[in-house]
Amino acid sequence: MSQLLKAKVTTHRQISSGYYLLEFSGAELAETARPGQFVHVKCSRTTDPLLRRPVSIHDVNKDRGTVRLLYRVAGRGTELLSVKEPGERLDVMGPLGNGFQLPDPGEKVAVVAGGIGVAPLFFLLRQVAAAGNDVKVFVGARSCRDLLAVDDIKGLGVEIQLATDDGSAGHRGPVTELLARGLKNIDRIYTCGPAAMMKAVAGLAREYNIPTQVSLEERMGCGVGACLACTCKIKTPGGSSYKRVCADGPVFNAQEVAWE
Amino acid sequence: MNKPNLAVNIGGVDMQNPVTTASGTFGFGPEYSRYIDINELGAVVVKGTTLHPREGNATPRIVETPSGILNSIGLQNPGVDYVIEHYVPYFKTLRVPVIVNISGDTVEDYAKVAEKLDAAGGIAGLEVNISCPNVKKGGMAFGSDPAMAAEVTAAVKSAAKLPVVVKLSPNVTDITAVAEAVAEAGADGLSLINTLLGMAIDINSRRPILGSVMGGLSGPAVKPVAVRAVWQVYKAVQLPIIGMGGISTAEDALEFILAGASAVAVGTANFVNPRATMDIIAGIERYLIDNGVKDVNELVGAAHGN
Repeated sequence: MSQLLKAKVTTHRQISSGYYLLEFSGAELAETARPGQFVHVKCSRTTDPLLRRPVSIHDVNKDRGTVRLLYRVAGRGTELLSVKEPGERLDVMGPLGNGFQLPDPGEKVAVVAGGIGVAPLFFLLRQVAAAGNDVKVFVGARSCRDLLAVDDIKGLGVEIQLATDDGSAGHRGPVTELLARGLKNIDRIYTCGPAAMMKAVAGLAREYNIPTQVSLEERMGCGVGACLACTCKIKTPGGSSYKRVCADGPVFNAQEVAWE
Repeated sequence: MNKPNLAVNIGGVDMQNPVTTASGTFGFGPEYSRYIDINELGAVVVKGTTLHPREGNATPRIVETPSGILNSIGLQNPGVDYVIEHYVPYFKTLRVPVIVNISGDTVEDYAKVAEKLDAAGGIAGLEVNISCPNVKKGGMAFGSDPAMAAEVTAAVKSAAKLPVVVKLSPNVTDITAVAEAVAEAGADGLSLINTLLGMAIDINSRRPILGSVMGGLSGPAVKPVAVRAVWQVYKAVQLPIIGMGGISTAEDALEFILAGASAVAVGTANFVNPRATMDIIAGIERYLIDNGVKDVNELVGAAHGN
């Protein structure tokens, strides 16, 4: 059940240039959130910028009742968010959205992240690893400075392969090149990242007939499905229709998305 | 002092308090029921409904501007038959009046939607969006021409027995001329204002940001324009007014009431604070108590000084 709360920031630090990890208290939110869901955060105290910012839930700690957000400063809203100090209150709505459908026991899973797209996938990975599924992780980014949460993922004891556009870490080139070589015996794929990357993952998944879930992003208004601003085109038997990223997503079946 | 009276009447729609929702910002109601008790609103104005389903516009559909947003949703909605089948049963469970906002491409479309909703039951009134383009008149907005606005109003009035509130566009030279024309045509109330036409350009891609180029501006940025429009229309016509445009707080709402609105609608503010309507109702009540006003209706148009 989504809540509206003034949550206390417990820790907040820059983990790489322009990327921040923020943790806040919210016992009920931590208890009820599922991987792939997001929170809608009010970043400004004034009317400018006006809207909340949707931020993926990076991880939760049910014992401590805390929620973690990993985000990139992309504009004025996230810039204001980045200066919140521990002890300050954060105006948060959530958890929102539908989240990932978890794999069946014994399924072999591939998780493909691009840049800040790793944010919602870590929470998923932790649950999937804990459930005992065999997991391969592929993380791509522009350069080694944009590779996030790598040590945390390694800490889960799962296999991880890295790719960067500039070759500063791991494979030089798109992360989908690594995925293409590692698809053998994979039963299920989860992905989040730039649209072009997700489209390429969806293409590979179709070729190998592997069920794939993608987490989409769109400029968002209300976050609860009322305003119909954050829509994406989803294929239907008769053509296509616009679905709401906030309420019908953000997670969709990759083969249903009408990629541009 | 005793609890002041907050109840108002908009053209036959009884509201327990003067606060409702602006169409398009509140879905069909259930979307916000996790955050507020819908039954505590004065009324609910739901999403714009058309005769046939509408797919809506290409994305991006929303962009932030200083203290506001531009949107171009394109009236995405499942069509009146779906609304009657799937949402009217929900409307019937509510204890507050539901007003359905209606749109069309032609006068006939408006009348058909009104007739169907009138027959469905469970609805307290219709709000007629006249900012849509009239396809038979080369796409010129119904609301930009007093004669066309009157024609739509008369058609809806004769198709439905329900109270009819006409939602005026600010994108006109003289909003009072349109208000007078729809009053003459039989409107029971007026809603104002709809969004202001605007646009924004991405200087990096050198293209308009919105998928459909232009959009409607809403939020705190438009409030002075809306207060002015309410003031002018209150002076020009006798109909009750639902005022809207950038209302985020009780203070904002009171400004509209003092300008001449009998009720107010909260729109964009719902996105920022899903409890905005509740905060505004409580704030209006507190203001009445603090100022010894027994009835909110005493404040309607009080800024005019007569």
